[in-house]
Amino acid sequence: MAKKLPAVDVVLVGFGWTGAMIGEELTAAGLRTVALERGGWRDTSTDFAVTFAQDELRYMWRGHLFQEPAHQTLTFRNDSSQTALPLRHLGSFLPASGVGGAGVHWNGQTWRFLPSDFVLRSHNEQRYGALSQDMTVQDWGVTYDELEPFYDKFEYLCGISGKAGNLRGARQDGGNPFEGPRARDFPNPPLEMAYGPTLFGQAARDTGHTPFPCPAANMSRAYTNPLGVMLAPCTYCGFCEKFGCGNNSKSSPQTTILPVLMRRDNFELRTESEVVRINMDSSGKRATGVTYVDTQGNEFEQPAEMVFLCAYILHNVHLLLLSGIGLPYDPRTGEGIVGRNYAYQVVSSVDVFLGDRILNPFVGAGALGVGIDDYNGDNFDHTGLGFIAGGYLACWNTNGRPIEYHPVPKDTPKWGSKFKKAMAENYLTTATISTHGAVMANRGNFLDLDPTYRDARGRPLLRMTFDFHDNEHRMSDYLTDRAVDIARAMKPREIHAKKRTGHYSVVPYQTTHNTGGAAMGSDPKTSFVNKYLQSWDVPNLFVTGSTVFPQNAGYNPTGTIGALTYFALDAIKKQYLKNPGPLVQL
Amino acid sequence: MKTLCSLLTVFLALTPFLRAHAADTSASRIARGRYLATAGDCVACHTADKGKPFAGGRPIETPFGIIYSPNITPDRDTGIGGWSDDQFYRAMHTGVGPSGRHLYPAFPYPYFTKATHEDVSAIRAYLDTLEPVKNARKEPRLTWPLDWRYLLRGWNWLYFDEGTYRANAQKSPEWNRGAYLVEGLGHCGACHTATNFAGGAKASEALEGGMLQGWFAPNITGDRRAGIGSWSTEDIVDYLKTGRNSHSGATGLMAEVITDSTSKLDRSDLHAIAAYLEDMPGHPQDVSPLQGSPTLAAGRAIYRDSCSACHQYDGKGVPKLFSPLGGSALLQSRDHTTAIRLVLEGARTAPTDARPTTAAMPAYGWKLSDAEVAAVLTYVGNSWGNATPEVAASDVRTVRERLRLEHDH
Repeated sequence: MAKKLPAVDVVLVGFGWTGAMIGEELTAAGLRTVALERGGWRDTSTDFAVTFAQDELRYMWRGHLFQEPAHQTLTFRNDSSQTALPLRHLGSFLPASGVGGAGVHWNGQTWRFLPSDFVLRSHNEQRYGALSQDMTVQDWGVTYDELEPFYDKFEYLCGISGKAGNLRGARQDGGNPFEGPRARDFPNPPLEMAYGPTLFGQAARDTGHTPFPCPAANMSRAYTNPLGVMLAPCTYCGFCEKFGCGNNSKSSPQTTILPVLMRRDNFELRTESEVVRINMDSSGKRATGVTYVDTQGNEFEQPAEMVFLCAYILHNVHLLLLSGIGLPYDPRTGEGIVGRNYAYQVVSSVDVFLGDRILNPFVGAGALGVGIDDYNGDNFDHTGLGFIAGGYLACWNTNGRPIEYHPVPKDTPKWGSKFKKAMAENYLTTATISTHGAVMANRGNFLDLDPTYRDARGRPLLRMTFDFHDNEHRMSDYLTDRAVDIARAMKPREIHAKKRTGHYSVVPYQTTHNTGGAAMGSDPKTSFVNKYLQSWDVPNLFVTGSTVFPQNAGYNPTGTIGALTYFALDAIKKQYLKNPGPLVQL
Repeated sequence: MKTLCSLLTVFLALTPFLRAHAADTSASRIARGRYLATAGDCVACHTADKGKPFAGGRPIETPFGIIYSPNITPDRDTGIGGWSDDQFYRAMHTGVGPSGRHLYPAFPYPYFTKATHEDVSAIRAYLDTLEPVKNARKEPRLTWPLDWRYLLRGWNWLYFDEGTYRANAQKSPEWNRGAYLVEGLGHCGACHTATNFAGGAKASEALEGGMLQGWFAPNITGDRRAGIGSWSTEDIVDYLKTGRNSHSGATGLMAEVITDSTSKLDRSDLHAIAAYLEDMPGHPQDVSPLQGSPTLAAGRAIYRDSCSACHQYDGKGVPKLFSPLGGSALLQSRDHTTAIRLVLEGARTAPTDARPTTAAMPAYGWKLSDAEVAAVLTYVGNSWGNATPEVAASDVRTVRERLRLEHDH
């Protein structure tokens, strides 16, 4: 029997980026807010101090900051004809557990999506005609122009290092010429550039592209954000992705928001508190709060006026399905919303063996790189190419760690003296060009409840049904070919193009950019939330994060997650708090 | 009559609002008392870990044993609710309790004696408004014969000068206000002035640094090398108000002082404190930086490997987040205990509203040996314009042993 706790104004399910942002804004607005986080408290100086943060075995290989599959996992299959099996090890993506969520162990690549990304269906249909019927892509119901001030707000919260390419419509040399117009430049200048990305940039320019330093949540200098929280200059240690930053140099909830939020009297964080259900009243139109379980197995009911789902996408969707909120998606009929529009990212790479130029790959930062956006979104003419959308190409200097990073030419043995010799010859002199492609929603890709496997609490696991389809394969091949063009212009000894081939596999790491399952939009038949991330059916329930992406763009998602959250908060503070109810009238 | 008094007391104790009025006291006087009690940081010593504010019970470690702070809430049986205003003033002014018993000078009456009668009465008026808490006082654990209180008469005769602060007509009103706060209620010297074998303040070395509870409280005179002479007035004010300035961030016991006391004081009072401290000459010494020692080379290697990520190669740090090391008074102190301690067990600065980010140094005790800690402190103490005698591995050992003892408690 759950113990019923005193009611609060706001309950946050999960305490990563969006939970911290919402907690900060709504406590500032005077609301009593409780955050429930299934993992533990994590703090820079205690949990990833510089004296042990760069421990590759602990963090990278033993996954110290990640969700434990033994505690919670999901099942996977490529298509509906198969029987899904549970993931017993993490692989393709790495959901976090603990305060700060994946915002602790991310790289810090902080992009804005293109204006055309937000009107993907209407834009592409207008330019190229009807899309394949299997593609369930849609417009977001919100535009780039509406989001611009909130992209800005998130970038200034984080202290993003970068160079504007478009200030109020005016092209800026050195920045990304394809980006939507910005009201002002980045809060910090670009990072000091490493040699490998510099060579990539030169080759990209020589081949007619427009390279620019990628936007980074790694600090190029000391920064105090608008909340008064301080970050320190990055030391280029190269331990970002899969690691916490010991130097306060990478934006995370810990380094940008928590010092202020944790001091507020009307905020409470309860760690090791796993939400198991969203509770509804008898009308089914109102969430009454959530039920959670602590590590002792005690069950608590936390009533609240507003419920925000702020966990990782897989948990947000799982919770909606387990709580019976919204109609689950049925791939046979195409009806239903929850679990629909699940998407991901398609990545490939080209290793460039330069042979004689020393690149020092151990110097790095998570988003230290040069990119080109010439082949992203609809920045190029897709006529006759057989696909829509695209991705960026970039050369990063990061992750050059001793256990993980051993660039060797194709056909080198995996172990033994030949491997060691090739490793010694190539470690310092190899650059990699990555492609980072969009994934379009497809009617065959979705999330639902597994009929076979159950978790420790006896509940059905989440089931993922996902594969890459023609659009992804054609696009990724195209992007990889363009990367090869630039790789050749770097005048290498040899290259190794690693095309994305065959079915999606959940085993090798790709990106932690899972998206969708409770898409946003302007039509309740095809979206779970409106443009303000508010459930159409349950107006006091909000869903945040990449869970609401109708399809994925060719960028890392965090910048857009931040912008959408601040955009929704603005409407919540200005309208909802005065007059709780639907923020969009049909 | 006695019964009537008791009944009345019970009644008043149960109705603090009424009692506050009965005890006299205008709201402005109580507010003033609260401000002065904050300036005196009464709450720090008179609150036990996780205890109720002002209810006492915090162990105060002295070289002579442990004294537990008493309850100063208005509880009649275990607090000071039964004291008259005159008895309270006598305790603050002369260090003698209501029964005529001498109080141990861990209670800083040698400083509080300088407070005016009016200010002390205001503090009493404020303390009277607190909720009475029952918390019986614990007997001190002192080494014989120091548990004989009558010995304190002799101590007072030797080391205690009773008397309210007298303004120095040669100096500005601001300087005098600063002196009144520093030498009086602020009792800065209780930590920052060295004491003799009997625990009496060495007046000739006022505010030039002192040891207490395993910390060396640094020199806060205008000495440019070992003190805070290189800080501007605004630097001092920022430090006391926000816990941070471009030179340093408060940790350890000073972090508590800033959180509970100085961050809540008016900027004008902080300016006054700064004006007074800057004017204290100290005894600057001409110390040349060490050169050519192999310890320096070893220390530099350790520094680059373990420290430079935050404090930077050039020791300039990240002002207000990671302390700059060039010009640091702490590293150039005559006693290196605090510097050693910071390296061994790490430190966290106190967050304040103005500076919410906790700047923190991780512990190195588990990964650096005594000789390595000594080498790196010798290096940073003699780089970037700093100069200090070589830190000995045995000094590190002493601090490490002490911390181990503390942790075994």
